[in-house]
Amino acid sequence: MNRNMNDFQHSQQELTQFRRRLLFAVLGVFLLFGALFARLAYLQVFLHDYYSTRAESNRISLSPITPNRGNITDRNGVVLARNYSAFTLEITPDQTRDLEATIDALSELIDIQAKDRRRFKRLLEEAKTFESIPIRTRLTDEEVARFTARRYLFPGVDVKARLFRQYPEGALAAHAIGYISRINDNDLAWLEQEAAEHPDRNINYKGTTLIGKIGLEKEYELELHGVTGYEQIEVDAAGRAVRVLSHTAPVPGNNLVLTLDAALQKTAEAAFGQRRGALVALDPRDGAVLALVSNPAFDPNLFVDGIRFDDWDELNANPDKPMLNRAIYSAYPPGSTFKPLMALAALSQGRRKASYTISDPGFFSFGGRLFMDDKAGGHGSVDMEKSIIVSCNTYYYHLANDLGIDAIARFMGEIGLGARTGIDIPGESEGVLPSPEWKARRFKSREQQKWYAGETISVGIGQGYNAYTPLQMAHALANVLNYGRVFPPHLVDAVTESGTGAARKVSAAPARQIPLNPEHVDFIKRAMAGVNREGTGARAFANAPYTSGGKTGTAQVYSLKGQRYAGRSKERLRDHSWFVAFAPLEEPRIVVAVLVENGGFGSQSAAPIARQVFDYYLLGKDSAGPAPEVAASADEGALDAAPPILSPAGAQHAVLP
Amino acid sequence: MLFYLRRQFLRIRAHLDMPLFIIVLLLMGVGLVTVYSATHSVGVGRLDRQIINMLIALAIMLAVAQAAPQKIMRYAPLFYFAGLALLIGVALFGVTANGSRRWLSLGVVNIQPSEIMKIAMPLMLAWFFHKCEAELKLRHFAIALCILLLPTLLILKQPDLGTSLLVGAAGFFVIFFAGLPWKIMLGAALSAIAALPLLWNFVMHDYQRRRVLTLLDPGSDPLGAGYHIIQSSIAIGSGGVFGKGWLKGTQTQLEFIPEKHTDFIFAVLSEEWGLLGGGLLLLLFLALVGRGLMIAAAAPTLFSRLLAAAISLILFLYAFVNMGMVSGILPVVGVPLPFISYGGTALVTLTLGIGILMSIHTHRMLVKK
Repeated sequence: MNRNMNDFQHSQQELTQFRRRLLFAVLGVFLLFGALFARLAYLQVFLHDYYSTRAESNRISLSPITPNRGNITDRNGVVLARNYSAFTLEITPDQTRDLEATIDALSELIDIQAKDRRRFKRLLEEAKTFESIPIRTRLTDEEVARFTARRYLFPGVDVKARLFRQYPEGALAAHAIGYISRINDNDLAWLEQEAAEHPDRNINYKGTTLIGKIGLEKEYELELHGVTGYEQIEVDAAGRAVRVLSHTAPVPGNNLVLTLDAALQKTAEAAFGQRRGALVALDPRDGAVLALVSNPAFDPNLFVDGIRFDDWDELNANPDKPMLNRAIYSAYPPGSTFKPLMALAALSQGRRKASYTISDPGFFSFGGRLFMDDKAGGHGSVDMEKSIIVSCNTYYYHLANDLGIDAIARFMGEIGLGARTGIDIPGESEGVLPSPEWKARRFKSREQQKWYAGETISVGIGQGYNAYTPLQMAHALANVLNYGRVFPPHLVDAVTESGTGAARKVSAAPARQIPLNPEHVDFIKRAMAGVNREGTGARAFANAPYTSGGKTGTAQVYSLKGQRYAGRSKERLRDHSWFVAFAPLEEPRIVVAVLVENGGFGSQSAAPIARQVFDYYLLGKDSAGPAPEVAASADEGALDAAPPILSPAGAQHAVLP
Repeated sequence: MLFYLRRQFLRIRAHLDMPLFIIVLLLMGVGLVTVYSATHSVGVGRLDRQIINMLIALAIMLAVAQAAPQKIMRYAPLFYFAGLALLIGVALFGVTANGSRRWLSLGVVNIQPSEIMKIAMPLMLAWFFHKCEAELKLRHFAIALCILLLPTLLILKQPDLGTSLLVGAAGFFVIFFAGLPWKIMLGAALSAIAALPLLWNFVMHDYQRRRVLTLLDPGSDPLGAGYHIIQSSIAIGSGGVFGKGWLKGTQTQLEFIPEKHTDFIFAVLSEEWGLLGGGLLLLLFLALVGRGLMIAAAAPTLFSRLLAAAISLILFLYAFVNMGMVSGILPVVGVPLPFISYGGTALVTLTLGIGILMSIHTHRMLVKK
């Protein structure tokens, strides 16, 4: 009984303890479930927005749709740049196991040459490994079919339909049009900067792989590119597309209608033939660029899908430097083409009357130095008109000395020399408009910074430090012919909206007005007409059925140390040949500046090119083939030869920069 | 005939605990709805199989409920030692898969003896304490500890940290309810904390350490080990209060949730039903555990008391560990969500436990008489 009692007490005690522990367990269950609920509430209430966003970005993949690039056509609708669709074979390095082995296996199916591999390797270095990189472009239908049948063997390799840029006219106006090529880090930095500066413009290059590098393709990049479209795709965890959620169509890029006349351009390029040089033809009435030649040129089509090594080497190693835009970048001493501008400066500043006559003994003596005329014994009695027609150096030695370098620099700067013209392609250089200030900026040592009065005298005949681009020369002449109204040269006439077809004219309003007396301008025009009638341009313009004006010039490449220029020196040492001209005389519709490198006398090689261009433009006369060099008679050529600058006997010869 | 069927029905009815039965049916219903959502894209085969799994599991539950607790107690040591033998068998001739040796091949089927231990362990310990009820001394707790540790360590060696912890916890619950002094528990807890560095450096495998590290910072390995936790957190969080709607969870339907029909099914439920659905599920589990603890409180013998209380806490532990892991507060261990996750084995183990609870409750009057 007692024991039973104890047992009972014992089990009662045990039961109480058990129930206490049960209560404890209940407490624990509530506590832990409560914590769990708190965690769920934290995730689903407080972090709900965050996780919703993450779920959406998991699910939705934005895939860019690149817009079609705008076309470029000349003023008559001739297509200079357009797009076409073609198949490319592309590899995503990240998704392939063995890149080399993959390419080897592919080459058994599809013709992949060593140069394709080299280009691929180069693109691989530039691109990111998750990007799709082309190994072969422009696949034939047969090649596409052959690959597609075995696609499963090649993970990470795909055939893609891509739009390619095409320049149907090849090298025609290549320096003006430029080219597009793969986007690099510099381009990205530029895009970023543009986007920061123009937050209102929708600058979005997702999916775009090519971008304008030079020329109009670069200058009008943002017009040509268009607005990237988007497709919102729902994807599963493996990245497979499930369905399209939304589609924002891309807006194609705008088209450019140029002021350039492709046929005129062709004529001008043909007139150069193999010769190196540049030509700029402007419509003086509004600054429209009618032709812009830099010879030799390059085929922009080479760059579009990544230029091959050998092509690139060839372009770079070529001593004729085909990639150099001579028309806007290379600056040459203007030689005698500077003289009409000098004359105008004198008239404008009231330092000379046109009738003022000098007697030319064949040299000009200054500060103990002799500045020679090119005609032994001189031109005799020379007034301003004759000084231009016969290109009399002595007249301009005097004139330069009288005007002084400051007045010359001021006037030449005002009519547009030594400054960028503002043409709508990048890469323009300023040239050199020499002045004491320029020299102080240009040189470091005190000695070199000093301006010598003798230097003013060589500047007066377009030599010395003078150096201007062909574009500047054409622009300056156009400004003069316009009686001082300055139209910045422009290649684009209008930007047409791809969707609406609405055309936006590129401004043709004069940028500024140079104060010029119309009578002075008319005088210069008359004098330049005399050049083509009876002076150094007469032979090239013989029997032209239109009136014109011109001026030849010769830019010294190498000092001949007193020897008479005979036009027979080694080709690369020959002087550069200039010709600036306009037509018709009364209402000029075209201005050209022609420069033929190492062309010798301006009358000999540059003037005939101008004649062909004028003939085509004014008469529609197509004279194909390079312009024949007009044989220069000894004295005619000599008229325009650059003067050797001599010091008195024994003195060091002044070397031109 | 009709009379016989009626008698059978009444017999089954008599040993059926209605509240438990309804809660289990509700949980299974939630499970089917969620499994459908997680698997419908690959066809309905999985759902059909899960329905069959559930019917078998329910039948086992009802059958076990018929058996008197005394009868169950009689088989407890046999059950335990058979399980132990199988575990030793696994250690010697087990099938290795995924770097661990967990299965024993019986020709046609592979069995996982550690699964048996989940029930055998509390059964054995409850039996043990019942047997020495009158003269419970400290040394009995020491023996109990050996009973607990032997299979737990065998499972740990497989290696299967998750299951060994669950089996160990099941045994611990029995010892706890049997009255293990607080002082000892406190001492053990302190020494366990002290031993953690040793455990970390010498006992835990690399993948286990990684799981713990991943829990602490899932972002450290977003595409590797952290992927599970990140994706399930996104699923749960994006579900919000009301959820995205059935079959409309993007994380689920677009396959972002890994193991979505098994271990991570709670993420599916939370994404599509929101905090509301998750909270209701918690309430269901709370009701299940509460009912189990009530049965324990009313149980007449020490064996049934300990067993009922331990089984209730095991159910709680499974639910808590799974949901804690999916919502990112516990490391990833392979524990399915009771009654919800797809899979037959776990379901049978669970209904076995529920059956025992029913048996204890419906036979209590008979014992008292």
